[in-house]
Amino acid sequence: MEIFLQQIVNGLVVGSVYALVALGYTMVYGILGLINFAHGDLVMVGALTALQTMMFLMGVAPGMSPVAMLTLSLLVAIPVCMLLAFTMERLAYRPLRNAPRLAPLITAIGVSFLLQTLAMIVWGRNYHTFPQLISTTPVQPIEGVFITPIQITIIIVSALMMAGLILLVTKTKLGRAMRATAENHRVAALMGVDTNMIIALTFVIGAALAAVAGVMFASNYGIAHYGMGFMPGLKAFTAAVLGGIGNLGGAMLGGVVLGLVESFGAGYIEQATFGFLNSSYQDIFAFIILGLVLIFKPTGLLGERVSDRA
Amino acid sequence: MNELALAVPWLGKRNPQAARWVVIAIAIAAPMIAMMFGRTWVRVLDFALLYILLALGLNLVVGFAGLLDLGYIAFYAVGAYTAAFLASPHFDVHLPIWVVLPLAAGFAATAGITLGFPVLRLRGDYLAIVTLGFGEIVRIFMNNLNYPINITNGPQGINSLDPIMLFGWDLSRNIQVSEDLAINSLFLYYYAFLACVAGSILFISRLQVSRVGRAWAAMRDDELAAKAIGINTRNMKLLAFSLGATFGGVSGVLFGTFQGFVSPESFSLMESIAVLTMVVFGGMGNIAGAIVGAIILSALPEILRHLAVPVQQALFGHVLLDPEVLRMLLLSLAMILMMLLRPAGLIPANAKYSHIRYLKAKGVTE
Repeated sequence: MEIFLQQIVNGLVVGSVYALVALGYTMVYGILGLINFAHGDLVMVGALTALQTMMFLMGVAPGMSPVAMLTLSLLVAIPVCMLLAFTMERLAYRPLRNAPRLAPLITAIGVSFLLQTLAMIVWGRNYHTFPQLISTTPVQPIEGVFITPIQITIIIVSALMMAGLILLVTKTKLGRAMRATAENHRVAALMGVDTNMIIALTFVIGAALAAVAGVMFASNYGIAHYGMGFMPGLKAFTAAVLGGIGNLGGAMLGGVVLGLVESFGAGYIEQATFGFLNSSYQDIFAFIILGLVLIFKPTGLLGERVSDRA
Repeated sequence: MNELALAVPWLGKRNPQAARWVVIAIAIAAPMIAMMFGRTWVRVLDFALLYILLALGLNLVVGFAGLLDLGYIAFYAVGAYTAAFLASPHFDVHLPIWVVLPLAAGFAATAGITLGFPVLRLRGDYLAIVTLGFGEIVRIFMNNLNYPINITNGPQGINSLDPIMLFGWDLSRNIQVSEDLAINSLFLYYYAFLACVAGSILFISRLQVSRVGRAWAAMRDDELAAKAIGINTRNMKLLAFSLGATFGGVSGVLFGTFQGFVSPESFSLMESIAVLTMVVFGGMGNIAGAIVGAIILSALPEILRHLAVPVQQALFGHVLLDPEVLRMLLLSLAMILMMLLRPAGLIPANAKYSHIRYLKAKGVTE
């Protein structure tokens, strides 16, 4: 029973990070119909920028409180990612908006690898230790079930960010413009919406979420390196598809479900396959889910049919 | 071949016949020229030929049939591991290449159909990401199937694969012609691979203008219309996947036996992306494009590797960008810039689905 509850906790923590990243995929997909492969790498850029800031702060003001340091590094990482996403959209995706379907997708793959390469140049190819500023000493709310303060923070911060995003999209003028653009570019433009601006903003908002996700991800595992964003990115995309791509609520649900499936899968695969497979196969669950969802329920859990919109 | 001859600058348009001979002469003379710079460069050429085979195969899937496959390297892996299982001391099985090659081709084709069936309904970006997942799953299995039964030997890979024996010739041994003249084994491999590439070019260029090739082109350009004129798009997609996979499998066998060992590291996502970049860079849907793209993008990183390190040492005193980083930088920039500036690739495919001769014979004028 403890193991079962423990897997739920682990799944929720990873799942809420996936959900944050999935929101970025789903927003861009909802508006442009583009899988922004490079979105996962923004997670990495966010984490490594934050790491750089922390290193700097530790040098300048060694006595600074951990919370202030974390906040400051987030305040650097978020704008950096936003700026990067803005540049990316402007230089790589906007010129291809009316190109054949494969062109922006191939560009997106290129951008993703370019970001990884640039990060490799800037930060080297080694794994960096990421300072765990929030305590990682586990507490036991229930006997035998461990959760660390950083994990609690991750769940709370993700929930807050998602709530904020939902408010932004449903209640504000900007949100209405975003929904209108997603519905139909041309008509939205006729209604006076600056669609180019809205599309750029969508990328930028997604990037901010990715930066936060990156910092939390790295804080949880205590490491950061140039390739850390790719796998979570793919899994977050899977989460977005699982929930129904283009649907904000779906992305969150998908993220949490995927996190749970992964953690249960990793926990029980050894028993289920009589020791033939073990937890090193954890990564295949996301891909299997992706395949199954696209084949049997392309609409995802909460979405509309999209598999052949591409 | 015709396309390749036409791609020769200046001469191609004026005298295709001469251009064709130029291409053949270059292909035959290339390793001898490379030898003047050292044996490494012959090796680079050998690998370039393997990449050409891969690019030709991926071009079938992406360029002809319009299915973006990001897990193509998995088939390469299937081929290489088949060779490793059936012709190495790992299981102590030593089958000849003539048995291994068809078996590997068969396995790879089966893998292609296995992947093809479930993803038939998907298009464009979804297909891309599911095939990417397939490639990753294959790699994860290669990495971890050393426990509880040791099948793939895990991340260490499998060593000392049997070299290719052709009619009693061991391609991995130098041939001693006389006292001071020996034909290096790299040359033997080069010409063996060249024969494979030439055969593939012949096969694919015939295939392109055949019923199947035209059906693929129709399906790529408009799937709905293709269905409406009676093309069985399901079978055509499966055919594209399995044929493309066969090419991957065959080049995998050649790669494994040439290199002498296989490990999961050679079959990472980056390699899939590299082959895709070659196809995109050269020109999708174009045999000459795939070949030129493969040659440029496999040789250029090697040239950079030899130039960049001394140049950087001279300029900055230490190596700023190591060759592997340069390769990734080159590939990703090639992909982005090509899509932005010249989306049809270096040598754009012309929309010619049938031989002019054939059309004339049928009384269809151009």
